[in-house]
Amino acid sequence: MAVREKFEQELAQLNGKIVELANLASESISRSFTALENQDLDLALEIIEDDTKADMLEEEINEYAILLIAKQQPVAIDLRRIIAAIKIASDIERMADFGVNIAKSAIRIGQQPFIESLAHLRQMKDITLEMIHLSILAFEKDDVVMARNIAEMDDEVDRLYGESIKSLLRLSNENLQQVTQLSFIARYLERTADHATNVAESIYYLVRGRHFDLNE
Amino acid sequence: MTATIVKPEVNKKDSSQVNEINTFDKELVYETKDLNLWYGDNHALKNINLDITENEVAAIIGPSGCGKSTYIKTLNRMIELVPGVKTSGEIKYRGRNILDKSYKVEELRTHVGMVFQKPNPFPKSIYENVAYGPKIHGIKNKKILDEIVEKSLRGAAIWDEVKDRLNQNAYGLSGGQQQRLCIARCLAIEPDVILMDEPTSALDPISTLKVEELVQELKKEFSIIIVTHNMQQAARISDKTAFFLNGEVIEYKDTNTIFSNPADKRTEDYITGRFG
Repeated sequence: MAVREKFEQELAQLNGKIVELANLASESISRSFTALENQDLDLALEIIEDDTKADMLEEEINEYAILLIAKQQPVAIDLRRIIAAIKIASDIERMADFGVNIAKSAIRIGQQPFIESLAHLRQMKDITLEMIHLSILAFEKDDVVMARNIAEMDDEVDRLYGESIKSLLRLSNENLQQVTQLSFIARYLERTADHATNVAESIYYLVRGRHFDLNE
Repeated sequence: MTATIVKPEVNKKDSSQVNEINTFDKELVYETKDLNLWYGDNHALKNINLDITENEVAAIIGPSGCGKSTYIKTLNRMIELVPGVKTSGEIKYRGRNILDKSYKVEELRTHVGMVFQKPNPFPKSIYENVAYGPKIHGIKNKKILDEIVEKSLRGAAIWDEVKDRLNQNAYGLSGGQQQRLCIARCLAIEPDVILMDEPTSALDPISTLKVEELVQELKKEFSIIIVTHNMQQAARISDKTAFFLNGEVIEYKDTNTIFSNPADKRTEDYITGRFG
């Protein structure tokens, strides 16, 4: 019999909950962008309502992690895994919140015609979703190399963010309200990518036992 | 293998090093160099290299039969009581090799006290238990003995519990009190080093915590080497931790590093409970 089999199972359960939360966040971002593009206000409202699922799951992860610490007295990599789970859950929950923020902006823009193409934002969204996906893969596999790649993808999101803002500001005389909302969305996506980078940092800490600032 | 403490490199990116305690300005109490020990044909300690720093608590952990108790018993040469023991290498205590035949074991034991797994008070009064050592060393003056007894019992955090019944038999004390009495008996000879071989394994949780608190106090004046099966105890009370396995020192580092980010997979597997 493997020593600490039950604890191994509990850690696997904790990982499972993180993956579930990441899927919720990913859906939140992806669906909110669809709501924006299709100007689908019902979908936007649905996303806002659904956010409680992510909030509750984050709480559940925290409570589960606290119980594991109290009952199993983990050290070294086991302790780092649980601490990383708490931090990662908090980052992912924020990502889900940004999905909600994008949905709210979509509602504020409403049915007005877009003043410019959403190409930059779409690109940002695609990279950010890929970052979330990779960060969870890296988490499941304890893969530091993949974690570092995520940081590189964040640089591209930052670059696109800069371009989006520049291009939107040029249009501020046309429709300030929409420019503001689209700038917010760009900002939400850029922040989501930052949180994915934070997840990558937590993975680095989990595997190597050292902090590393990938956001630099 | 060599297990002396390596000075940590300063690296801003590397926060695990930040918590390492810098003890390089402190003196070494014990220096163990290439120590090997055999029980007959059984090679029980293999090339042990390990330094013990003064005013620190060094914990020795490892699974049963790994050599940790054997090692601690070489430090006061109690190991010589086992028939058929052979050693090679050296253990310097304050610069002198104690394995050298010219080093008198009686002299060594005046510097090095020991506390065992099970409390082992003498079948005498509480007072006599503590006064025994100083009396053997020729102190006869009642007033001086009284002072030593009080100071030692205070030092072992048991004075308040026994001051009104010093003449009662030590066997009437609880297990935890008996163990602290044994620590007081050890302090009475004013040692330099205290060796503790699983000192709390026979105690209840509260008595265990009292002894742990006491160890933290005692390290201000003494150097302490503690063998423990309780890894959380090693994590709580020691400054450095040595992990022994099959007679070898696998890793010897600051306790913070051992319990947060050990370098060797075997150390990690042991402290996280994957084997042992």
